[in-house]
Amino acid sequence: MEWLRLSPEEWTAVQLSIKVATWAMVASLPPGIVIAMLLARGRFWGKSVLNGIVHLPLILPPVVTGYLLLLTFGRRGPVGAFLAENFGIVFAFRWTGAALACGIMGFPLMVRAIRLSIEAVDRKLEAAAGTLGASPTWVFATITLPLILPGIIAGMILSFAKAMGEFGATITFVSNIPGETQTLPSAIYTFTQVPGGDAGAMRLTLVSIVIAMGALVASEMLARRVGRRMDVE
Amino acid sequence: MTLSVEISHRLGDFSLEASFESDGGLTALFGPSGSGKTSLVNLIGGLIRPKTGRIVADSRVLVDTKTRTFLPKHKRRIGYVFQDARLFPHLSVSQNLCYGRWFTPSNDRYANMEGVIDLLGIGHLLDRRPAFLSGGEKQRVAIGRALIASPRLILMDEPLASLDEARKAEIMPYIERLRDETKIPIVYVSHSIAEVARLATDVVMLSAGRVTAAGPTAQVMQRIDLLPAEERGEGGAVLDMSIAAQDERYGMTVLRSSAGEMRVPRLASEIGRTVRIRIRARDVIVATSEPRGISALNILAGKVEAVKFDDGAGADIGIDCGGQKIIARITRQSVESLGLSKGQSVFAIVKTVSFETAT
Repeated sequence: MEWLRLSPEEWTAVQLSIKVATWAMVASLPPGIVIAMLLARGRFWGKSVLNGIVHLPLILPPVVTGYLLLLTFGRRGPVGAFLAENFGIVFAFRWTGAALACGIMGFPLMVRAIRLSIEAVDRKLEAAAGTLGASPTWVFATITLPLILPGIIAGMILSFAKAMGEFGATITFVSNIPGETQTLPSAIYTFTQVPGGDAGAMRLTLVSIVIAMGALVASEMLARRVGRRMDVE
Repeated sequence: MTLSVEISHRLGDFSLEASFESDGGLTALFGPSGSGKTSLVNLIGGLIRPKTGRIVADSRVLVDTKTRTFLPKHKRRIGYVFQDARLFPHLSVSQNLCYGRWFTPSNDRYANMEGVIDLLGIGHLLDRRPAFLSGGEKQRVAIGRALIASPRLILMDEPLASLDEARKAEIMPYIERLRDETKIPIVYVSHSIAEVARLATDVVMLSAGRVTAAGPTAQVMQRIDLLPAEERGEGGAVLDMSIAAQDERYGMTVLRSSAGEMRVPRLASEIGRTVRIRIRARDVIVATSEPRGISALNILAGKVEAVKFDDGAGADIGIDCGGQKIIARITRQSVESLGLSKGQSVFAIVKTVSFETAT
């Protein structure tokens, strides 16, 4: 079973992948809820345009998304240059860039799951909470948010899963630098490109399967607990 | 507490123009479906904004389109009991009950939680989730939830409409206790005469978005001509009588009022208490001389006060019995063959008496 042992480089790739996916998921959650709320409830000019932009990463080839990110968030890109000069935040060829790319690729999936659960909320319950003295903010915090929790969990899982598997946009935007931007998929890709890399590719593949299964089981358990608490009539 | 409403509102083809005042007690908004009852309570509760109008509760202006005042619903402190309970599914019964209390400023909290739980008999449900309650239990919890928020006014939108007769009978006494034991004014929407006659102190009758009659229950209920067609058979007089004696031998109770005496199957209530009875117009027979050899026990003497023919073969005869009014619904033919006219002495034979309350 010696061949199962991960080399330090492989271990780094696994840790980096988890870090990138977690950040992608956590950072896209607040804007994900806001955009889902706007799309589900808002009435404003340009709503379909916003909807289109949010869904774009789902339809475009990932390489295109990655290239667009490079153009905007790269060191010479308008946003990238601004952030680097004023806040010292650099995305290009950093793990933060990988997290950004993964977050954007998973964003439509997250927004969709949350939006559907917001649309399923009975607005009469919110009106009832209002008559009991709850201001709109409190109604959201105490009624809407708990009711859409299953959708939020589903959205987070989808975003995390997408981030763990993201390849095209990441490699285009931040390349494939071991220890900095080399996530699991890029590492596996690298192994398949060199002679004798089969064992490494297989090890990382197994790791991918374990992480994916673990995330799935955890989400099922979480969703079931929330579901039991709810017992929606 | 006085509530004054003067509103004009438009919803598509439907226009609502209503004004009424209420001085506490239970005011019923009564009318057929589509008459604007629910829109009216939604306007009072702040769920919708009127096009023009003014709603004032005590001296608090809730809405005034002239001064562009609109108090949002969460600042009105008006309890709302919906037809469909609307309990929060993710909270337990006790959390549902406490919800409104949390948002009530502490010096405005007058509701006593234990008292309300007792009043509604929901103490054994506190740990349950709404999904595990029966329809009647849900509605009682919904009433409790509105009460515990210490409202200044309670709106009830057909709280019994989605329940079967047994459940209705289960909840009505609680609403009566609410009306009598707390001093919170209630605005109660209903299309059922039985509910209105039993619960209401005042009635505002609505039809197609207009107020057709308003006043004390006994007065308004006599306007059979204003009732929706499907409820016309239920229309009639509402009388308050006191229990004069209990007849143990026959198991009967004797009721007395200025109209005379009535004997009814035994009521489990103390002598001296007031009961509200409803006498359907179709259950009253008119005789011009005192009938003999008849099984009916309740014969009241009176004078014809009004004869109102309808579009068909029927007529409503208003009979003044010692100051209380009874209505008889008979045929046009009978009116002519008896030669009934205003001021004539007649006897009203009451076949059935429905009891609405024992207060």
